[in-house]
Amino acid sequence: MAGTGEGKKEEADYKRLHSFPLIRHTDMPEEMRVETMELCVTACEKFATNNESAAKMIKESMDKKFGSSWHVVIGEGFGFEVTHEVKNLLYMFFGGSLAVCVWKCS
Amino acid sequence: MPVSNNNVVASVRKGSIAQKAPGAKSNKTSSKKKDEEEGVDTGDGWDEWSHGKALTKPPDQLELTEEELKTELTRILTANNPHAPQNIVRYSFKERSYKPTSVVDQMAVHFVLDGSLLHQDSDEARRLRAKEGLPEETATVDTGTEPEEEKPETPATPVEDGGEVGEAGEEDRPDSVASKTDKKEPKITNQFNFSERASQTLNNPLRERSCQTEPPPRSIFSATANQWEIYDAYAEELQKQEKSKEKQKAVPSKKDNDISKKKMMLTETQSDDIGKVDKASKIFERMVNQNIFDDIAQDFKYFEDASDEFRDQEGTLLPLWKFQYDKAKRLSVAALCWNKKYQDLFAVGMGSYDFSKQGCGMLVFYSLKNSAFPEYIYPTSSGILCLDIHEQHSYLVAVGFYDGCVAVYNLKEEGVEPVYKSTAKTGKHTDPVWQVRWQNDDMDNNHNFYSVSSDGRVVSWTLVKNELVFTDIIRLSLNGAVSEGPEGAQQPSIACGTSFDFHKQIDYLFLVGTEEGKIHKCSKTYSSQYLETYDAHSMAVDAVKWNHFHPKVFISCSSDWTVKIWDHTINTPMFTFDLLAAVGDVAWSPYSSTVFAAVTTDGTVHVFDLNINKYEAICQQPVVAKKKTKLTHIEFNPIYPIIIVGDDRGYVTSLKLSPNLRKKPKSKKGQEMPKGPEVEVAKMEKLLSLLREPEQSTV
Repeated sequence: MAGTGEGKKEEADYKRLHSFPLIRHTDMPEEMRVETMELCVTACEKFATNNESAAKMIKESMDKKFGSSWHVVIGEGFGFEVTHEVKNLLYMFFGGSLAVCVWKCS
Repeated sequence: MPVSNNNVVASVRKGSIAQKAPGAKSNKTSSKKKDEEEGVDTGDGWDEWSHGKALTKPPDQLELTEEELKTELTRILTANNPHAPQNIVRYSFKERSYKPTSVVDQMAVHFVLDGSLLHQDSDEARRLRAKEGLPEETATVDTGTEPEEEKPETPATPVEDGGEVGEAGEEDRPDSVASKTDKKEPKITNQFNFSERASQTLNNPLRERSCQTEPPPRSIFSATANQWEIYDAYAEELQKQEKSKEKQKAVPSKKDNDISKKKMMLTETQSDDIGKVDKASKIFERMVNQNIFDDIAQDFKYFEDASDEFRDQEGTLLPLWKFQYDKAKRLSVAALCWNKKYQDLFAVGMGSYDFSKQGCGMLVFYSLKNSAFPEYIYPTSSGILCLDIHEQHSYLVAVGFYDGCVAVYNLKEEGVEPVYKSTAKTGKHTDPVWQVRWQNDDMDNNHNFYSVSSDGRVVSWTLVKNELVFTDIIRLSLNGAVSEGPEGAQQPSIACGTSFDFHKQIDYLFLVGTEEGKIHKCSKTYSSQYLETYDAHSMAVDAVKWNHFHPKVFISCSSDWTVKIWDHTINTPMFTFDLLAAVGDVAWSPYSSTVFAAVTTDGTVHVFDLNINKYEAICQQPVVAKKKTKLTHIEFNPIYPIIIVGDDRGYVTSLKLSPNLRKKPKSKKGQEMPKGPEVEVAKMEKLLSLLREPEQSTV
């Protein structure tokens, strides 16, 4: 019982501590990076249960803001190798279990 | 085109063949007709034409026997259109069933052409004739072909004719025949005559051009995301954060500093308003300048020329700061005035005395604390000739301009425009304003000042709310008082005022120096009369000033090289000094009744102390670097033992008076040094009495 309680507590701690967005890799300029990150956070929070809708929202907003064509991948586990336009890639973790990759390639 | 009326045809083709009456012409026309329409409707013509040719038979012609050929087949031509539909049904609402329509439109139109012919008896033909002014007999019917009258005179070339309709070609010929027979007739133009012309321009050469842009640079990125990697990344990040937190704790002060510095930078870059650092930068500028000119500041405060003790009476002037403003380099100093409240501040009016070089002017304020840059700058559209700072309200500055305007600047107000300015409507002077002087507030507590100008007027200006109200105090005239003779009977010639000064104690009394060299003693209350006129100088009086202590004494200077000291009750000068150059300005010292200083155009400052030497200056010192530079004005600082002199190159030089130039009368041993204005008055009085006695005795 005690063990499980501790495990639960740890989990809660983990969730609390790991909720912030963590950028793994990006080559975007400062301003664009901040904006994109905020957008990703908003989208993931809005569609917490539906990664597809979140990805769609991110893609559409990015297309509007920075021109087409943007590609977004959101998931808990995936591997990828993409070709992207230089200074237009963001790979980040969010919420402790989500990975988001946003890049532009037209 | 079937033509039924021969008459009309003939008249058209012939154009202007005179035809008397419709009845009489028949013979003629029939004969003509044969000529024209041969081969069309006469049988002979047809025969002749067919003779030359053998009949050819089509190969698939039916071979018919004679009988068959002779049998008659009757065909009736009906007016029915074979293509018209016969089975049209329409729904009849009346009978509620489809009914075939019996009446079908049988007309088919194959060709329509509006004719251009008119019957000569018709109304329209008559109207046309009337319009052309032709007599009714000449039955020329011409329809819409008038513009073609300009048809080329030369007979149409065969090539041209070839393009025409055969009928038109035929038409032409009888026309030419007619013109041969009857030359008086105007030629009828023919509407079918036209020619085709064409040309082709060179086509621009085509060229192909293309380019291709480089595609934006791309790169490849690959990674794998799964739960344990995400977890690891977060764990690492948290560790890093903790470490940095520890570091922050270790050196918090440094970080704070950095942050505050950054903030400072941010605020500076964000606000491009320099006003925020205005005060700080001003203090900085002063500090820097005082550091640079530290030796001058020390001299100003403490240096006393030790050599004075061995020179007996004579003194020297020690140059201190030099004030100059780049934008006013070309202008000469036309006025100087110390601020009575802040004794380190003085105003400089910049303008030009040269008639041919008038332009803009400038009003600048310098402080002794910062010699490098003016405290206030007011550019003006006209040159400044005089200014005065109000004694009680030291932010009010009255200024007189070369163009005759007077203005009042308020140093407290933002902006470079004066708060008051006289205009042509509000009594502006018509000539340069040579001197302005503030007066005590009037009974309504309005500020007011006086001005004098070459136009001969002394005007009092009152600052009322937001306008400048003027009152003429006196109009100067050449021949004594203005009141001579009835008003308007003779135009008194104007005397040009160049300077004035108000008596220190007697409020109404003032002196006016004129361009003619006369000095008039006037009263504010008598606008029509001079109280006294002194034949002072032979040239324009440059300055006239009452003594600060003695109520009767005043000084005057002029371009005639002389400085004169007067007792206003006596109209001959008490002292006359010849300085061997035109005297620009003279000033009484504020600390002694017997000391005064004058500047001359040769660049020399002359300081006199009558108590020490009645005949010669105790200091004569050139103070400008170049010999050509003329000194224009001089002022004593009211507190410190320094003077400022302005020159015609825009420089203002401050000079310290050596101890000999401000010597107090030596006190006898054991006696207390008497002080105060009474002593000064007595000192002057003593001098004057020395002069007066022999004069009176001679009289």
